[in-house]
Amino acid sequence: MELFFQQLINGLALGAIYALIALGYTMVYGVLRFINFAHSDVLMLGAFAAYFLAPGIAKVLPPHSFASALLITILAAAICAIIGILIERLAYRPLRNRPKLTVLITAIGVSLFIEFTCQHKAVFRSETRRFPELLPINDYHFGGLVVNSNDIVVLVTTIILLAAMWFIVQHTKTGTAMRAVAFNMQAASLMGIDVNRIVSFTFGLGSALAAIAGILYAMKAPGIDPLMGIQPGLRAFIAAVLGGIGNLPGAALGGIVLGVVETFAGGIPGLSNYRDGIAFAMLIGILIFRPAGLLGKATVEKV
Amino acid sequence: MTMHSGAKRSLLIAIVVAVALAPLLEWIVKTHSGNYFNGYYLGVLIDIAINIILAVSLNLINGHTGQFSLGHAGFMAVGGYTAAKLTLSLQAAVPVWAQPILFSAALLLGGLAAAVIGLGVGAPSLRLRGDYLAIVTLGFGEIIRVVFQTTDFFGAATGLPAIANWTNFAWAWSLAAVTVFVVACLVNSTYGRGFIATHDDEVAASAMGVNPVRYKVTAFVIGAFFAGIAGGLFAHHKRFLSPTSFDFMKSIDIVVMVILGGMGRTPGVIAAAIILTVLPEALRTFAEYRMIVYSLLIIGLMILRPQGLFTIGKGRTAKV
Amino acid sequence: MTRALLQLENVTIRFGGLTAVSKLDFHLGDQELVGLIGPNGAGKTTVFNLITGVYQPTEGSIQFRGEPTGCLKPHELARRGIARTFQNIRLFPSLTVFDNVRAALQLHREHGIQNALWRGKHFRESEKSVEAQVMELLEIFSLGRVRDEDATSLPYGDQRRLEIVRALATKPKLLCLDEPAAGMNPTEKVELMRLIRFIQEKFQISILLVEHDMKVVMGICQRIGVLDYGIKIAEGTPEEIQKNSKVIEAYLGTEEQLEAEC
Repeated sequence: MELFFQQLINGLALGAIYALIALGYTMVYGVLRFINFAHSDVLMLGAFAAYFLAPGIAKVLPPHSFASALLITILAAAICAIIGILIERLAYRPLRNRPKLTVLITAIGVSLFIEFTCQHKAVFRSETRRFPELLPINDYHFGGLVVNSNDIVVLVTTIILLAAMWFIVQHTKTGTAMRAVAFNMQAASLMGIDVNRIVSFTFGLGSALAAIAGILYAMKAPGIDPLMGIQPGLRAFIAAVLGGIGNLPGAALGGIVLGVVETFAGGIPGLSNYRDGIAFAMLIGILIFRPAGLLGKATVEKV
Repeated sequence: MTMHSGAKRSLLIAIVVAVALAPLLEWIVKTHSGNYFNGYYLGVLIDIAINIILAVSLNLINGHTGQFSLGHAGFMAVGGYTAAKLTLSLQAAVPVWAQPILFSAALLLGGLAAAVIGLGVGAPSLRLRGDYLAIVTLGFGEIIRVVFQTTDFFGAATGLPAIANWTNFAWAWSLAAVTVFVVACLVNSTYGRGFIATHDDEVAASAMGVNPVRYKVTAFVIGAFFAGIAGGLFAHHKRFLSPTSFDFMKSIDIVVMVILGGMGRTPGVIAAAIILTVLPEALRTFAEYRMIVYSLLIIGLMILRPQGLFTIGKGRTAKV
Repeated sequence: MTRALLQLENVTIRFGGLTAVSKLDFHLGDQELVGLIGPNGAGKTTVFNLITGVYQPTEGSIQFRGEPTGCLKPHELARRGIARTFQNIRLFPSLTVFDNVRAALQLHREHGIQNALWRGKHFRESEKSVEAQVMELLEIFSLGRVRDEDATSLPYGDQRRLEIVRALATKPKLLCLDEPAAGMNPTEKVELMRLIRFIQEKFQISILLVEHDMKVVMGICQRIGVLDYGIKIAEGTPEEIQKNSKVIEAYLGTEEQLEAEC
C-alpha cells in the first residue's frame, strides 16, 4: 500500500511536467492545427537558459533562495518565449495556408535544426551537464512515504500555471481572441482580431511554459543535454492527444494519466523495459478507439 | 503514360545489367583498389539501391495513395532482423552453392514479415487522417524499435553482429529494379488509378466504387513488404544490425527523399534517393555541419518547393 | 406501379438533438426523373447522403432494387448501381480527364492486382476495353479532345459535365445529381437541362435531381418532392407543385421571392 502511494506521488510529479509541456502543444494545435515538433527543443533551451543564467543571478541574489530560483525561471521563460515567437515568425508563418503535413515536416526540420545546432561543439556540445541546484532539496517523510521537495515544487508550480492558463484563455480579452482564432481564423480576422499577434502570443506563452517545464524536468533529471527534450516532449505530445488535442484541461488530464501509468508500469518488473513503448501503445489505443481524445469532441467530415 | 508490354522488358534488362555489372565492379575493386574506384564506392552504390527501394516503396504509400507514414524504418527493421536471424541460424548448415537460395528465402521472409506487421499496423490506423496517421505510424515505428531493443532473441540493445556479407551490387540493384517495376505497374493501370483517386479525394473515390480502405491497406502492405526487403539487404550489407539504425531519423530520411523527389513522381524520388545518399558521403569532411545543413534543407524545401525539386508545374503536394 | 427502384420508408436521421430528416417516404421508379427540392437547410443534401450511404438513417429503411442498403458503404452502393455527383465539384485533381473517368471504371475492369503486375495479354485486353469505354463516354459528351488535360484545369461547365461522365462510368441504375446547376448562368442551365434529359434517354437510367433552382427542376422532372425542415411537405407533378400553397409558403412566403430565386 505504501509502495502504491509512493508510486502515485512519483507518477503525479512526472505527470505534472508532462501536463505543462502538453499545454504548449495543445495551445499551438488549437490555434494553428499542427504539431509543433520543435516544442520539445524549446524545453531543452529553457533548461540551458537557466543553466547559464544561474551563475550570473547568484552574484545578485543568494543562491538556492526562492527569489533567485523565481528570477532565473522568469528570465528563462522570457528568453524561450522570444525564441518560440521567432520560430513561428521565420519557419511557420510563411506556411500558414499550406497543407498541414508540409508544416509538420517543417516543424520536424526546425526541431532537428535546433538539436543539431546545439550539439555542435561551438554551442552546447553533446555531453551531459550537471544542472545547478536552484532550490535546496529535502526529503520529507510522512509515515513510510518519502516526498521530495522537488516533487512538491513541481506539483505546486503546475497547479498555479494551469490555473493561470485557464484564467488567461477563459477570462481575458486576449484569451477570447485566442479561442476565436482557434475556432475560425478567417472569421476572427474579419472581426478585427490581429491573427498574427494572437498566434505570436500563443507561441510565446506555450514556449514560456515549455521553458518552465524544462527547468522543472532538469531539477529532477540527472543532467541536461541538447537532446534532453525529446523524451519528455514526445510523452507530452502523447498526453496532449490522449486528453484531446486542442483542449487545455484535456492536456493536463492526459499528462497526469500518462505520468501515473508510466510510473506504475515502470514498477512492474517485466514491463519496465518497455516503458518507451507503453506511451506509444496508449497513444495508438486512444487514436484508434477514441480519436478525439478523452475530453475532445469528435468531428464529422462534411460532404 | 500507359506502359504495357515494355515494362516487363525494361525490368529484365535492368536485372541483366545489374547482374552483369556486379562482377565487373568487384573485379575493378579487387585489381584497382585505392585508385579511382574502391570498395567504399561500391558500398555507396549498394546504399543507393537500398535507399531507392525504401523511397520508392514509401512513395507508393505517401505519394500515390496520400497516406502519410512516418514509420517506414520500423518495417525496414522487421525485414532486416527477420532476414538476418534466419541466415545467422542457417548459414553454417548450408553449402556455399545454396547460399543464394538461403539469402533469397531470407529476403522474402523479411519482406513478408514486414508486410504482415504492415497489415497489422495499417488495418486499424488507416482510418485516421493526415497528421494523426503520421503520428500513429511514428508511434508504431518506435514501438517496433523498442521491441527489438529489449528482446534478447534479437540481440537487444547490442544488436546482431557478424551477419553474412551477401548483399552485392547485383542483388541490391536487381531488387531496386523490381521495386520500381512493381510500383510503376501497380499505379499505371486502371486498377492503380484507384490509389491516386484515394489520394485525391476519398469521398469521391468511394462514391465511384473505389474501396479506399482496401487501397490504403494494399499500398501500406506492399510498401512495408519492400521496406522489409530493403531491411534484409541492409542487414547483409552492413553486416551488423542495431535498433538505432532504424530510429525516427531513418524514417525522416526516407520521407525527405520522397518529398524532395516530388510526391508520386517515381523518377524524381529515385533521383532524390541518389542525391541524399551521395551528398552526406561527399560532405563527410564537414561532418559537424552536415546535419545542421540537412535540417535547414528540409525547412527551405518545405517553404520554397513543397512540390519537390524536380517537379514542373503544380505537382502533387501533401494533402490535408 | 411496379416495384420501385429506390424506396425510402419512414426515414429519419438525427444529429445529436437535431432531426435533419423526419419520417420521409419517397420512392423512385425505373427510368424515372425525379426532383427533390426545398429551401436552404431543408435537408436535401442529407437525403442525398442517406441514399448514397454517406450517412445511415437513425430510423426507417432504404431499399435499392428490393435490397435494404442498411449499413452499406458508399463504394458498395456504387457497386450495386448508385452513382452521384457532388454539389461542390469533386474531381480527382491529380488525374487527367481520361484518368478521372478511368478511375471510375474500377467496377468494370477485368484485371486485378496480379494482372497489373504480370502485364500479360489478359491485362492488355482489359486495358484496351477500358480505354474504349472511357473514350466512348468522353466522345458522347464531347470531352474527347481534352482527354489529356488536367481535370481541374477545365472550364467550370466542362468540369460539371466531366463529373457526370465519371458517375456514368460506374454504369449506374440510379444517377444522383447534387445541385448540378449551382454556379451556372441561365444559358448554361438550359444546356444542363438538355443534357440531363439526353442522359436519361440515352442510358435508360433513373435520375434523382436534388436542386435549389426551381426552373431547372420544373423544366425536366416528371415528379417532384418538396422538403422543408426535414419533412416532405408536398409531392407531385411540376404543375401540382407549382400551385401548392405549402410549397410557395416554404419558399419564404411570397411569389416575388420565388421569382428572385429563378
